[in-house]
Amino acid sequence: MLDRFELRGIVAPTLMLLVMAGCGGGDGGGGEAGGDMAMDNPVDAATAGNIAGSVVFEGMAPSMDMIDMSEESTCAAKHSSTPMVQEVVVNSNGTLGNVFVYVKEGLESLMFPTPGPVLLDQNGCVYLPHVLGVMTGQDITIRNSDGLLHNINASPDINRGFNSSQPVNMETTRSFGAAEVMVPLRCDVHGWMNAYVGVLDHPYHSVSNSSGAFSLSTLPPGDYVIEAWHERYGTQTQNVTVTTGETAEVTFTFSPSMARNAVVPLGAPIDVHAIAEAS
Amino acid sequence: MTAAMTRAPVSAAEGGTSASISADIPRRMALVVLFAATWFMAGCGDGGGWSGLLVSGLIAQDGDDLGQVTYDRWCAGCHGVDGTGNGPASGYMLPRPRDFTQALYNIRTTASGALPTDEDILAIIDRGMPGTTMPGWEDLLSSNEREALVQYLKSFSRFFTPDEVPEPLEFSRATRSNADVIAEGERLFRELADCAACHGNEGRGDGESAPTLTDDERDLPIRVADLTENWLFNGGGEVEDIYRRLLTGLDGTPMPSLADVITAGVITDEQLWAVAHYVRSLSPDDPPGITEVVRGVLFEDAPLPSSIDDEAWDDVERTYLPLVGQIIVMPRWFDPRVDGVWAQAAHDGESVAVRVTWSDPNNSPDPEWADWKSQVISLMQPKEGDPQDEGPTPDQLVIQFPMEMPEGMERPFFLKGDTRRPVYLWQWQSDRDGALEGEARGVGTEAFQSEAQDLTVDASYADGEWQIMFTRPLVTEDEGDLDFVTGEAIPVAFFAWDGDNGESGTRGAVSSWYFLFLEDATPATVYVYPALAMMLTAGLGFLAVGSARKRERVGVEIESETENS
Repeated sequence: MLDRFELRGIVAPTLMLLVMAGCGGGDGGGGEAGGDMAMDNPVDAATAGNIAGSVVFEGMAPSMDMIDMSEESTCAAKHSSTPMVQEVVVNSNGTLGNVFVYVKEGLESLMFPTPGPVLLDQNGCVYLPHVLGVMTGQDITIRNSDGLLHNINASPDINRGFNSSQPVNMETTRSFGAAEVMVPLRCDVHGWMNAYVGVLDHPYHSVSNSSGAFSLSTLPPGDYVIEAWHERYGTQTQNVTVTTGETAEVTFTFSPSMARNAVVPLGAPIDVHAIAEAS
Repeated sequence: MTAAMTRAPVSAAEGGTSASISADIPRRMALVVLFAATWFMAGCGDGGGWSGLLVSGLIAQDGDDLGQVTYDRWCAGCHGVDGTGNGPASGYMLPRPRDFTQALYNIRTTASGALPTDEDILAIIDRGMPGTTMPGWEDLLSSNEREALVQYLKSFSRFFTPDEVPEPLEFSRATRSNADVIAEGERLFRELADCAACHGNEGRGDGESAPTLTDDERDLPIRVADLTENWLFNGGGEVEDIYRRLLTGLDGTPMPSLADVITAGVITDEQLWAVAHYVRSLSPDDPPGITEVVRGVLFEDAPLPSSIDDEAWDDVERTYLPLVGQIIVMPRWFDPRVDGVWAQAAHDGESVAVRVTWSDPNNSPDPEWADWKSQVISLMQPKEGDPQDEGPTPDQLVIQFPMEMPEGMERPFFLKGDTRRPVYLWQWQSDRDGALEGEARGVGTEAFQSEAQDLTVDASYADGEWQIMFTRPLVTEDEGDLDFVTGEAIPVAFFAWDGDNGESGTRGAVSSWYFLFLEDATPATVYVYPALAMMLTAGLGFLAVGSARKRERVGVEIESETENS
């Protein structure tokens, strides 16, 4: 705890300067928030800790529909097996992929430099990745690798959306100015193509991978609320305490019995050390 | 002078009186609408909602906000008092009315995702959205009211802030159009930009993706614009309008902006103009005017067109006849797919042929459109007990005539006749060969012969267009058939159904009565008088030439004399 307060003491003057410089982030539109600022990362790596864990799937994996790409032979040819809808991806080890895990509370006082661009590819008439995390103002390079007509139609609630045509191999750069979990993207030409972009005002986000694992590295020590978001099974939160040099282990569990887009209420704080000892 | 001076103030006073009276009427009507809306909402069981509405209505009555007063009076019925597009009438509209809280405006001069300018919003209030139920208000509301509305609409969304003034894009000037430009535009439309993916090869809205498209506001089915009917384009049908829509996209719809395509250097601005010129070329040069008469051309020496694609049809005048949803009898239909048909007619003194063409994105029943169909039915038939999706339904066309030529202007009721004046029907449907002849004495009394005795039909469907040709002898032996006469206006009406849009029975598109006029065989006098006239002209001509020559000779002599000197 002490560490955290010390850190705030360092950060506060920097913050004040930034606020006075008019770099308030703001909502909507602007992608330049903090981009031009030579902002230092406010986190001291020497005192930082980590969060890591996995997303477990309990129960029978729902069967996903096959995507009929027969009208787009170029895309169909890029898939070795029949492409499936990406809504629920249960991995072979019983974990759940494409879960967006991020720090929901606990970083309010910090401001972070904007990272470089991230790639969102359209390849084989699917979005790669299907779920993506970015920071406010961070450029998203949206690439068309299929060489056929895609349109990228973003329909956020908090940010302003866009709908851009990409009829050939090309790239388009976009960013979102306000934090929003999640911004849905879709291609209207190919009704099955969709993706989700989680926009945060900090860089602590992760997407569970093909073994269900996620990690949030180099966090300032402190208490955090971590949220896991899934496009069908909704959101869950857990309280996590990060201490210097330690990796707090967190496990989220989703099951098909969860109502569509359920919001699981905040659970009791989890003693990470107890979990680590148990496992 | 004095008389004029004294009269002027009087007429001004009269004008003032009549203006205040006419302003009073809408005010009273607004109260009626408001109370009707209140009852509607009360019926929904949301107690808090309706009392809130009443309060806001009272505030609007007394308040100074012209925008709010105008909105509550004229707009809230569809767009809802809270601006969310959920007004009492919204359930009868597809697309649903705009949800102003999301600030997704289709027609703008700003970039994709950007807010519209005040002028953009005003332009839509003024002109309306011709492809939807949104009317234009330019002639109905004062400019003060319309400008106040703009500000009030903006107040529904948190996106509009005083600091943020939307910047319109800079649009280049239109390039000149010619055959090469249009050909280039067509190539880009079909190949590079692949507009055909949604709009279809010929632009009739029948592209591969058309059945799956949804809007951004509510995720409801949304139609692809039929590019052959530019008079229904929401943002205007001229080439400049089309170019702007290509650059800005239509936010809230699947139509993307092509601005990035130019920025990335994939196509040039000039090429975008070529696409716009091509799209413009898909519609007639002038929007079809209101015509009452379908002229049946007489084929005196040439044979009557024998098939749907007979080249002889190319020379026969096409008449556009608008159709509307059937909303007279239950169940009504507020979402007709067919908004008009093009009719052509010809006869050769023995038989009459009528060709009808119209845009339809599917040849129903098409399994690709099954989801679309069930969604449209559930959206447009919101009340319990209304007919539900009863499985695959075909496309249909019915042409209606009176069973007997009416005396004077008395015609049967336009909707399938009445007991006193029955109608005679030609019917075709997409899932059955041949045509049927029938009769009706009112809606629901249609009776068709099991096999058409005298009527033949030729039908074809391609690239989002139906072409149907009926042929029948002018006179038949059948008692129930109308005998067609030439040189007289024969009442005719059209009915069309798109099965995959959930249409069948009384749920379809209808027209009022029009006329079919079969040209008379040309009387002999028509040949005699021109011949006489020609002879007379020739005679006079010879006289004139003769006298001119005489003068010319004199002139030449004078000229030669001058040259010699």
